[in-house]
Amino acid sequence: MILPWLILIPFIGGLLCWLAERSSATLPRWIALLTMSLELALGLWLWAHGDFTLAPTAGAEPAWAVEFKLSWIQRFGISVHLALDGLSLLMILLTGLLGILSVLCSWKEIQAHVGFFHLNLMWILGGVVGVFLALDLFMFFFFWEMMLVPMYFLIALWGHSSADGKKTRIYAATKFFIFTQASGLIMLVAILGLVLVNYNSTGVITFDYSTLLKTKLSPHVEYLLMLGFFIAFAVKLPVVPFHSWLPDAHAQAPTAGSVDLAGILLKTAAYGLLRFALPLFPNASAEFAPIAMTLGLIGIFYGAFLAFAQTDIKRLIAFSSVSHMGFVLIGIYSGNAQALQGVVIQMLAHGLSAAALFILSGQLYERLHTRDLREMGGLWSKIAYLPAISLFFAAASLGLPGTGNFVGEFLILLGSFTIAPWVTAIATSGLVFGSVYSLIMIHRAYFGPAKSDAVYAGMDNRELIMVLGLAALLVLLGVYPQPFLDTSAATMNGVHHWLGTALTQLASAR
Amino acid sequence: MDLTIQHFIALAPLLITSATVVVVMLAIAWRRNHAQTFLLTCAGLNLALLSILPALKVTPLAVTPLLQVDNFAALYMALILVATLACVTLAHAYLGDGSSGFPGNREELYLLILMSALGGLVLVCAQHFAGLFIGLELLSVPVYGLVAYAFFNKRSLEAGIKYMVLSAAGSAFLLFGMALLYADAGSLSFSGVGAALAATGMPSSLAQLGLAMMLVGLGFKLSLVPFHLWTPDVYEGAPAPVAAFLATASKVAVFAVVVRLFQISPAANTGVLNDVLSIIAVLSILIGNLLALTQSNLKRLLGYSSIAHFGYMLIALVASKGLALEAIGVYLVTYVITSLGAFGVITLMSSPYHGRDADALYEYRGLFWRRPYLTAVLTVMMLSLAGIPLTAGFIGKFYMIATGVQSHQWWLVGALVIGSAIGVFYYLRVMVTLYLMEKSIRRTDAPMKWEQRAGGVMLLAIAILAFVLGVYPQPLLDLVQHAGLQMLG
Repeated sequence: MILPWLILIPFIGGLLCWLAERSSATLPRWIALLTMSLELALGLWLWAHGDFTLAPTAGAEPAWAVEFKLSWIQRFGISVHLALDGLSLLMILLTGLLGILSVLCSWKEIQAHVGFFHLNLMWILGGVVGVFLALDLFMFFFFWEMMLVPMYFLIALWGHSSADGKKTRIYAATKFFIFTQASGLIMLVAILGLVLVNYNSTGVITFDYSTLLKTKLSPHVEYLLMLGFFIAFAVKLPVVPFHSWLPDAHAQAPTAGSVDLAGILLKTAAYGLLRFALPLFPNASAEFAPIAMTLGLIGIFYGAFLAFAQTDIKRLIAFSSVSHMGFVLIGIYSGNAQALQGVVIQMLAHGLSAAALFILSGQLYERLHTRDLREMGGLWSKIAYLPAISLFFAAASLGLPGTGNFVGEFLILLGSFTIAPWVTAIATSGLVFGSVYSLIMIHRAYFGPAKSDAVYAGMDNRELIMVLGLAALLVLLGVYPQPFLDTSAATMNGVHHWLGTALTQLASAR
Repeated sequence: MDLTIQHFIALAPLLITSATVVVVMLAIAWRRNHAQTFLLTCAGLNLALLSILPALKVTPLAVTPLLQVDNFAALYMALILVATLACVTLAHAYLGDGSSGFPGNREELYLLILMSALGGLVLVCAQHFAGLFIGLELLSVPVYGLVAYAFFNKRSLEAGIKYMVLSAAGSAFLLFGMALLYADAGSLSFSGVGAALAATGMPSSLAQLGLAMMLVGLGFKLSLVPFHLWTPDVYEGAPAPVAAFLATASKVAVFAVVVRLFQISPAANTGVLNDVLSIIAVLSILIGNLLALTQSNLKRLLGYSSIAHFGYMLIALVASKGLALEAIGVYLVTYVITSLGAFGVITLMSSPYHGRDADALYEYRGLFWRRPYLTAVLTVMMLSLAGIPLTAGFIGKFYMIATGVQSHQWWLVGALVIGSAIGVFYYLRVMVTLYLMEKSIRRTDAPMKWEQRAGGVMLLAIAILAFVLGVYPQPLLDLVQHAGLQMLG
């Protein structure tokens, strides 16, 4: 029964936040904080008590650490089927943690309609948890689309329009919504295609993951359906030709929105690839792998170059996400066990570091009222702690050893090298550009001549605790990633078997 | 044939509605009283709705060669009656009471709506071209009056005349088509025509021409592209509750009869005609959605969006096998709920009548901070129209995509995906307008009179229904599945 509660808690908490707005403006914040703490606590409890050697693998009935099933729409064999394994647990922990942080970082930023804001925030997180737990394809799609609405509101109502007024927050929110919604519908078509193929061969209509895994698909159909899934995930990840919503959404979103977008929402796409696209269509994915890896490569360089060229600090971080997700894509499609483990660490580390960078730029914005790097400069001595902490996270973002990002990128590159040496070699050089844009960000913002003589308030305890906590976790992930690796090992082995087998078959067929 | 008591039970919904028309007319002649007329109308409609239950015991039953009362008919009769009831409730709030509100006679509106609903009931039972035509005219003619009901308003009058002329032209096409079909098949019953068409293998060119002309006539009523030109003007000009009726009860009835025609005589939906239908579907989806993009008038926007939605429904009509019947049923139910909610909010915003309807988008700016409940209803409706999960509209769209995929109509599915992506844009535009924060706005709910509250409660119920069906649609699916199977058998 714990799994439905994981989903329900944010939804109920969100409603309570809304109701609490009438009595006081701070009550919703406390309720939201409590809700997400409860979520995180439940996740940690599960981590302590679950058996995460259980995970779905190829050729066997999928096994799960925790499972919940309830019939929902009998007509289509749709059920409320939730299950947890190591990968989904880690993602839920990340969601809970970043949920707490996004409540904390909006403590002062959001002053209008606090209750409604937290309703939307909680519902996004609830939808994300649903995505991480759903094992029924209908349900997965249900949550996948559902979380767009509160995210839309978050950007459209509490976002910032750009200074020149050209790109309004509503423009950004609508663009985000249309991109993800349209790509989601393509996935729905693919899901229905898969279900109907299964129905035609077995006579059973079902959306259940474990049943659909056994569907026999002809290569042509498999490839088409895989593409349907891939497009939806590629938009959300984002993979380069489909990325243009991301910088706009990030730049215009409030801090909490950016934290959730970069920290969690992008991870739902990687999760979707690992959980659904690869296991359901291993052969097509193997065939598609070179293209996906090339797209990942393009993403790494394109993201890095564009990040370098940005003047808006949040757009810069947004493009750096595009670059980092390129590594994730390469790691996923290499199908190598090491690289897949690296993907998990990279996802966690990027979640933490990108969230921290967005929180820091939010704090900067609260002091300077601008996100334009051209109007910053010389801030190093003017704000206590903030520049130094920013430097740490920028270093983490470029993959400095000792941080989780290094472990993630290193494992991805190491693992992928055995599969695709050329791609890996080129990708490695992308790290150089990573350092360029990370350092230029620090340089432009904090060094050089000061633009004004104003001295800004230092960081208060709330702000310090948030970022220092993230820094500590990032170092922990970098120095001792073993517990995380152990948790996700079984799941990643499963994915490795699915894709690895298909890759070797493909290689021998050629 | 002899009419037995069974036939009367089967016909009870029609008979009760007819009786209500007479009673309401006599009551108006006796004493003009708004509340009394409203109550009589509601009572009659409720009785008719209840009488469907005993009618289900004796069905399926053919009552005269014209009408067939079966589960399919019962479902759509219930849908039409519920929609009419909702429109009547809205109309009561809209017309207002006492000296404030609607300046003309209020009572005749109910009379016209009742007659039109009766036409709808006939239409969903029709299994014969004569029944179809009687029903269609009974449905349309009172609507001319309804659209122009606020005749002292230029737009309303203009819309009424426009609708009358175009609708009459549509009917003329329909009649001509029927005549041609009769010349070819020698029969006017759906099954007779179907048999004659099937016997020849491929319909003759005469029959095809006849069917095409019928399609033109019915396309007018359903406002499918390229016969859609009247829609936005009429939606904009008609008083809000009438627009709600036009968008729901009237279209449902016409669509239901088209479905029955194509199911009984599947040969009518083959070859070139099937291709034509596909093209009309794609055009309706794309053009409806594209034209809605730039609208700043909520009623016009909903008009264009209804064009697109009927385009989606044509996907199932083109497929017309497998899930199609069920999909149409589910989609129509969700569409009716959603449209009623959307037009209901417009109606309540415009109530009581004060010269013009509140249909410009700017009037809805920041509504959330003034009237949170009304806004919540409209938000759910917009999400439902856009087909976002947690709302009924999603289930409808899910069915349509499933039908399209099942019957391999890839072009149509593609159009649906593109259409909904475009659609999301303008639905979101409406939605975000409601929430725009303006500092000057007072955060209070505007006071409402009780009749508006009755409408408000109904709207909340509709919104909750849209939400519940979106989360747990199983009861609806059971109902619709039942209605579909009986008809095929």
